[in-house]
Amino acid sequence: MKASDIFEETYSSLTVNKARSGLTILGIVIGIASVIALVAVGQGAQGSIKSSIQSIGSNLIIVVPGASRNLGYGVSSGRGSAQTLTPEDANAISQVDGIAAISPEVSGRYQVVSRGANTNTSIWGVTPAYPDVRNVQVDQGVFVTAADLSAINRVAVIGPTVLQDLFGSKDSTATTDQAIGQTIRIKGTEFKIVGVTKSKGGSGFNNQDNIIYVPLTSAQRYLVGSRAYLTEVDIEAQDEQSMTNVQNSVTNLLLQRHNISDPTQADFNVLNQADIVAAASSVTGTFTVLLGAIAGISLLVGGIGIMNMMLTTVTERTREIGLRKAIGAKKKDISFQFLSESVALTFSGGVVGVIFGWLTAWLITQFSGIVTQVSVSSVALAFGVSAAIGIVFGYYPARRAASLNPIEALRYE
Amino acid sequence: MISCRNITKVYVNDGMETPVLKEVSFDVNDGEFVAIMGPSGSGKSTLMHILGALDAPTSGTYVLDNNDVSKLSDDELADVRRNKIGFVFQSFNLLSRATVLRNVALPLTYAGVPKEERREKAAQALIATGLPEDRWDHLSNQLSGGQMQRVAIARALVNNPSIILADEPTGNLDTKTGEIVLDTFQKLNRGHKHTIVLITHELYVAEHADRIIHIRDGSILSDEKNLNKRIISHSS
Repeated sequence: MKASDIFEETYSSLTVNKARSGLTILGIVIGIASVIALVAVGQGAQGSIKSSIQSIGSNLIIVVPGASRNLGYGVSSGRGSAQTLTPEDANAISQVDGIAAISPEVSGRYQVVSRGANTNTSIWGVTPAYPDVRNVQVDQGVFVTAADLSAINRVAVIGPTVLQDLFGSKDSTATTDQAIGQTIRIKGTEFKIVGVTKSKGGSGFNNQDNIIYVPLTSAQRYLVGSRAYLTEVDIEAQDEQSMTNVQNSVTNLLLQRHNISDPTQADFNVLNQADIVAAASSVTGTFTVLLGAIAGISLLVGGIGIMNMMLTTVTERTREIGLRKAIGAKKKDISFQFLSESVALTFSGGVVGVIFGWLTAWLITQFSGIVTQVSVSSVALAFGVSAAIGIVFGYYPARRAASLNPIEALRYE
Repeated sequence: MISCRNITKVYVNDGMETPVLKEVSFDVNDGEFVAIMGPSGSGKSTLMHILGALDAPTSGTYVLDNNDVSKLSDDELADVRRNKIGFVFQSFNLLSRATVLRNVALPLTYAGVPKEERREKAAQALIATGLPEDRWDHLSNQLSGGQMQRVAIARALVNNPSIILADEPTGNLDTKTGEIVLDTFQKLNRGHKHTIVLITHELYVAEHADRIIHIRDGSILSDEKNLNKRIISHSS
């Protein structure tokens, strides 16, 4: 039997009972659509987490001090709280090969007062290298300059959230013009606003817009009161390949400088942005697999529906099968015919399911704002899976049809 | 031609052996119109299944056109049925959702005949059975019983088989439409172009053939020329 004949037979037998075929296809449509939509949600989450991590800088390596701890079993203040990272460490790190830029920082949370409002936010003492390393852009005005640093100028660059908190009101959004040139008091010291950064997004605990930048030297003198330590050193590696090397060199250098022989006892942490991305990706990857697996269950149920329908069809058409065998159909002709019916059901279910899944993902984005991402691979997978379901769940009914005894099949009532 | 020698068929059910055919031997020449007659339980259906290559005998040989058919595999039997045998059944066994033409052309799809030739051959077969051309595009379940059986005969004819096996072809029809069907067989046999083996339990139906083989309890009772043949119409 030729392929075109099988196709014709398949079409005519599936259209005989349109309601039954339609409902069976619906099972596959729902299965495929939910796989596509839920995997799109998972991959969208993965994509947005990845891009938000990457927005903090490219090829970034972050050095933070370890936990400050008293001798023995004292109280730990948590990682990053120790005062073990010094400006001298930063100078030494800047000599490591493969570093494109380095930005030492001190930070703290202080009360900030403007003319009519006040807020509590993190203040970062930074150098002019900071915007490049951490991917910060100035919306209006200027960033901290080298001159500010050497002259210990009391200037500040504020984030958009701070701008709104200090200069906006419930009814109106603050404009940058209102803020530049104004004076604010941080921990009792007056700073003049010289610039406003562009919004970077992020929210809650990780709001990268709720920040005030001041020159590192000014922060040390007026806010921290000490030049002895740094809160963080950000390093931009020259390229992605050199990141691991830089990370290792920095780690070894600091171990040596701090006289630590056992790396597990290090009083600092060197974080690699790639590691952070990988960790976050593995979490969202698990999430995606979980969502896909839940949707996969409905696909399985759809497949069982196909098998059920095909078994019913084989029983109903027993006499037809007997006749086909009597006029010369071989086993493989019969099994191909029934297999092609089940594959046609699942494949058309797959096509409609992909369209519906895509639509669902789009609607989720439209109405809930969750980023979704329908990847070509998940569409290809859905097609492959739907065809495979047709073969797997159609195989048994097809074999049953093919192995019918023609004499008994012709007698079947 | 058909040559059966010592055909025996024994069914085994729960260890009980039931002989259905016992040492049956006969020949059918090309172009003959033979009726195999016997009451129900005589073994005539089993004989038809063996003649139709649907079943294999327990022992004995069945030679069809110089090929021994008695020891073939399932797929080889399917080839024999496709190329050598045309079936006509009591209950027509048409695909109800398909048109007359598609029903008639169905064996050709399994024989791998190109699509363009199928319509041509199906039309020839339908003309031979005398079914009016305005019915050819009807769905087969829109036809009367006599018309359905003529479609089934056309389907049996379409691949130009060596024998046409008709199993109680008038069993589901009233006398008048039954005669139309028997007339169709007689016309096909005229000029001895098609070998026809008719299986029936009615003497009246058997008397339309040239030769009658009586079978009872699995053995041939008599095998003789039909001396008072009923002829329905002389025109062709």
